[in-house]
Amino acid sequence: MADDKKFAGYVCTGCGLGERLDAGQLETTATRDGKMQSCKQHEMLCSAEGVQMIKDDIANDDVTHVMIAACSRRAKVEAFNFTDVALTRANLREGVIWVRPDTDENKETTQEMADDYIRMACAELKSMAKPSASGEQSLNKNILVVGGGITGMTAAIEAAAAGYPVHLVEKNGALGGAVGSYYKVIPTRSPYDAPAENPVPALSEAIEADGNITVHLNSTITKTDGAPGRFSVDIATESGSTETISIGAIIQASGWKPYDANQLPEFAYGKSQDVVTNHELEALAVAANGGPIKRPSDGKEVQSVCFIQNAGQCSDKDGHLTYFAGVTDLVSIKQAMYFKELNGECDTTILFDNLRTPGAGGEDFYRAGQNAMVTFSKGIASEVVPGDSLTVKFEDKILNEQTEMACDLVVLATGMEPNSGPDPYAQLTVDMAEDEEEKAKAQAILENAPPSILNLQYRQGTDLPHLKNGFTDSHFICFPYETRRTGIYSAGPVRRPMDIQQARDDATGAALKAIQAAENAGLGRAAHPRSGDLSFPSFRKEGCTQCKRCTVECPFGAINEDEEGYPMYNESRCRRCGTCMGACPVRVISFENYSVETVNQQIKNVDIPEEWDEKPRILVLACENDAYPALDQAAQAGVEINPWARVIPVRCLGSVSLSWVTDALNNGYDGIVMMGCRRDDDYQCHFVRGSAMAAERMSKVGDTLDTLNLEPERVILHEVAITDVERAPQLINDMAETVEKIGLSPFKF
Amino acid sequence: MSDLNTAMIEKYRSSFLKEVEANVEEGEWVKMCMQCGVCSGSCPLGKHWEHPPQEIFMMIRAGKRDDVLSSDSMWMCTSCYNCIARCPRGLPITHIMHGLAVYSKRLGLTPQKQPTAEFSQIFWDNLMKKGRVNELKLGLSMYFKDGFGQGIKNAMANQKLGQNMMKAKRMNAMEFFGGHSVKDLSGFQKMVKKAQEIEEGNIKDFK
Amino acid sequence: MAKIELSFYPGCSSQKGATSSNYLVSAQTMCEELDIQLNEIPDWNCCGASIGYGGGGELPRLTLSARNIALSEEHNSGQEIVATCAACWLSTREAKERLHEDEQMFKDANAALSEAGLKYEGESNVRHMVEVLVEDIGFDGIKSKVKKPLEGLKIAGYVGCQTNRPFGIAGESFENPQYLDKIVESVGADSIPTYEKKVQCCGGALAFSEPEKSQEMIKGIIEAAYDNGADMIVTPCPLCQANVEIYQDNINETYGTKFNMPVVYYSTLMSVAFGRSATDAALNGQVIPAKKLEEIANK
Ligand code: SF4
Ligand code: SF4
Ligand code: SF4
Ligand code: SF4
Ligand code: SF4
Ligand code: SF4
Repeated sequence: MADDKKFAGYVCTGCGLGERLDAGQLETTATRDGKMQSCKQHEMLCSAEGVQMIKDDIANDDVTHVMIAACSRRAKVEAFNFTDVALTRANLREGVIWVRPDTDENKETTQEMADDYIRMACAELKSMAKPSASGEQSLNKNILVVGGGITGMTAAIEAAAAGYPVHLVEKNGALGGAVGSYYKVIPTRSPYDAPAENPVPALSEAIEADGNITVHLNSTITKTDGAPGRFSVDIATESGSTETISIGAIIQASGWKPYDANQLPEFAYGKSQDVVTNHELEALAVAANGGPIKRPSDGKEVQSVCFIQNAGQCSDKDGHLTYFAGVTDLVSIKQAMYFKELNGECDTTILFDNLRTPGAGGEDFYRAGQNAMVTFSKGIASEVVPGDSLTVKFEDKILNEQTEMACDLVVLATGMEPNSGPDPYAQLTVDMAEDEEEKAKAQAILENAPPSILNLQYRQGTDLPHLKNGFTDSHFICFPYETRRTGIYSAGPVRRPMDIQQARDDATGAALKAIQAAENAGLGRAAHPRSGDLSFPSFRKEGCTQCKRCTVECPFGAINEDEEGYPMYNESRCRRCGTCMGACPVRVISFENYSVETVNQQIKNVDIPEEWDEKPRILVLACENDAYPALDQAAQAGVEINPWARVIPVRCLGSVSLSWVTDALNNGYDGIVMMGCRRDDDYQCHFVRGSAMAAERMSKVGDTLDTLNLEPERVILHEVAITDVERAPQLINDMAETVEKIGLSPFKF
Repeated sequence: MSDLNTAMIEKYRSSFLKEVEANVEEGEWVKMCMQCGVCSGSCPLGKHWEHPPQEIFMMIRAGKRDDVLSSDSMWMCTSCYNCIARCPRGLPITHIMHGLAVYSKRLGLTPQKQPTAEFSQIFWDNLMKKGRVNELKLGLSMYFKDGFGQGIKNAMANQKLGQNMMKAKRMNAMEFFGGHSVKDLSGFQKMVKKAQEIEEGNIKDFK
Repeated sequence: MAKIELSFYPGCSSQKGATSSNYLVSAQTMCEELDIQLNEIPDWNCCGASIGYGGGGELPRLTLSARNIALSEEHNSGQEIVATCAACWLSTREAKERLHEDEQMFKDANAALSEAGLKYEGESNVRHMVEVLVEDIGFDGIKSKVKKPLEGLKIAGYVGCQTNRPFGIAGESFENPQYLDKIVESVGADSIPTYEKKVQCCGGALAFSEPEKSQEMIKGIIEAAYDNGADMIVTPCPLCQANVEIYQDNINETYGTKFNMPVVYYSTLMSVAFGRSATDAALNGQVIPAKKLEEIANK
């Protein structure tokens, strides 16, 4: 294709556009104001014929930039998929005719809206370029799996089976993880009526036999550099040797560790050897070697055992875990059945408050336990008194009495804690703490940080960020395993407590995601949520002041710093959110098809009527993930939107540059509405921190308004969800009312 | 070891549960109760149950043998089958209540003069005589169960009811002399006797 | 309509001079009209009812019903067993199911039965009369026989416990069965589908041993019928009928109420609607006369 740019506009008259709008005038606007070199109309642009018309122009007339004035950019995406050109869409259907009433007195303002959207689209197109991959990395199919437990082993087997070479790194001398030493496991197949065989030996065998899997035992990761598609990973063995391997994508399956029962003195843990945790009981069962389980203190065969559920978990007490491990009720049922299997007439009681047996077979397994004569008593244990025979004091919640029972062995159903690396944002949490108590807590976490697992050479820290309770990041907006470090997926109990079956499902999913990430990186395409996007941010070094905002604020840790202190973008780590772009005070960051300029041009090319026309203009910056779809849906539902509004979709509120707001105000806009996703702890932001960053930056807009002597109500930022179909248009209409109240902006030239 | 100690150790041992499994009708279901309480909320005479069914099941599992077997709660069961229709675990609760009642009676632990216990025995005896129930005699025995004096009082109190029934030809004074009967009475009685013997033989000794 | 032939288990309470002798009379009238032939099981015995357990225990109680089924299978071979009494139906069907599930129990019952020279197989279906009506005759079938629609009558359908639970009528819910209301509608009367005491227990046999406790519940059943503007209550169960009808005097005395609510069988309603006489419909068996029904019957 020639280097010359050629701009072509296309106006659709289908879907009622032709009837509601003056298409001839739209065409004129596109060519005269929008400077399109050509503009064509079609009665149904998305039809095979219409699409062919555009394709022919691209092929025969060397069209490089296409402006389609039809429906929303979220409609007919497949039809208008022209990969070789820069493309923009003027939203005349959902954006104009569907939100305006079809009456004579509204005809004029409706046409004005449509003309504006055409001007905006054309202006945007003028400053866009066709995005193309950077070629920063090529396809690297190697998958690194960190952690050789059930999750890691399964992920390795699955990835290898799909044809991707796997490096499986385990810090211990054998594969199997926590479950490796278990006697039996919770059944995962019908009829779910007895503990099942430990799957670890079979998995180990499969891995040994798999030529596609390289196992690194007694090994840790001492360095992870690079980005998806070109990770460079140092694997060090205990003996001191280090091997550097090139990796496409990473799965972190570092598993869990048992809760420290020494924090449960009330249950005589540590005072009596015959009080053990569920984790420790497995060893007793294995040691029994098919015979009766014996108690640790004197080797007596256990004739009565009591399980205390929720020991140190689901509790607000100091030192206890506030959350439930999810599986420990099933684990106790399983272990109670060990006693029924190995110890004959052993009295086996499970003291529970709320028995939770999730999963397909959970309820069946519970019944199987009851059938095997395990006694389930709804009771809350308060104390275990040590002695030759242990006394468990508890409140029987059905019989409503304080009572006690005697037994040979007590098993504490304690919880699971994640085996995460240090939280890269631990320091930030300390800095941002709102009160002293919070600060102290955050400080303690920072000081007791565990050793690093990945040793990432990232500007933003060595490991994956944490979620609540120290679990490793996962599942941000709509996708499990997806972390804030592109191409690195967390799976298994390191991301939330789970059982073996869940961990195996998790591992399979994460393996698929890792494969996808490696493939995407090879093609220079973005991962979820802008999957397939070829654009990537670049910065103009000459203008950069090395302020470091971009490197700090990127929610995905994508930007490193070079020796001179300039930002170093890593395309394949980038999610294309634009948060860096919004951060840059000197506006030097841009994408080929999305930049400060593309939006600024749209803002400037809206026709601002003179003050005496009494036609205000309201700028709406709507996040394309939630707010913009909500507006589209509102349009479908026929909800009216004020005719003064001009909506511009943005990748994320995080990408909003303060300059857009100032420029708009200077240009005579009367109000500005920004709509982004929910941004608190239960954030809905598709880029995690984008919406929050925007809110922080916009808190400074007040100064601008002050200098301009404008009312603060003119700029407002809302949290909008995709389901806010009624509310989103209302927020725009509210601004129109505000403007009516406080009057038009004096800045109309 | 002191008695208290023994009692404590016995607590939450499944020995009583095992006894119930062996000797009580449908007793093997007791262990399957998941303590949801739906049954307890279903008994029409609920407020008169000292221990509603859910609680009884828990007491069995907690080894409270005497408390259960000497309770008159089971005798409050009207056989409405509400519980069976609703129990999420499918326990045949009605039959377990009946079974427990019978077992307590067999062991002589049923409270003295429990009216339903007495009535059910009178009913059974009545039906054993002829193979069919003689309602008049059933009624009379019920009135006179506490002696002649009380019987007359009871009969007088319900005199109007009786007259009403006779008027409607739904009670017949002649029934007192004879009444309906199965023809093969001796075969019938032998059959029941045999069934009783078999059942007796199946009871396992637990104490 | 093809003739339906059934092996009939009338039960003790429907015998001459017993509490539900009127049920038997009206059921027979109803069956004549519907072309249903009832072949009584020869020499049947009492089922033990729901209260017999206390004296009879498990096996002896189940054996009672096994004997009836064995007799039916011997003499009325190939016919389904039908009972009009809820307790009879329940005991018999329960015995059949229990003996079917429990092999040992099956053997034990047969050992006892052999003392009377009988053998139990347990192949026959055990049905309640309303099942025959709902499933074999159908509501339209009932409607087609109506000669004197019971117009202007408002009738509360009281299903009670044992016709409804644990077996119930196929396709009906335990908490709100509809078939009795549909029968009421089929004979031209107005039903009260929202009658809230539809499946409330009447105390059953405990009406005898725990009269005060039971009468308190019975009071609720009658009260709700009055509240819903019912002219009378209809029921498929002899114990329900008796308990709700005959204690009204006692309840009035205890609670100061003025109850005088007739309680009839569905078979009584149908006999009248089918054009039969008050005597054939056993209206003379009412302790509390159903005057409005009598009027229609005598028209
Ligand atoms: S769907 Fe879009 S492109 Fe197709 S006719 Fe409608 S407005 Fe035009
Ligand atoms: S802020 Fe967003 S667009 Fe910028 S580098 Fe990070 S991920 Fe990419
Ligand atoms: S935000 Fe802009 S000025 Fe600051 S370091 Fe990044 S590119 Fe440079
Ligand atoms: S079964 Fe029903 S009543 Fe019981 S907890 Fe579940 S929803 Fe609630
Ligand atoms: S059948 Fe007995 S135990 Fe069950 S709900 Fe009725 S009264 Fe209660
Ligand atoms: S309804 Fe069933 S499971 Fe629930 S408490 Fe009663 S017997 Fe137990």
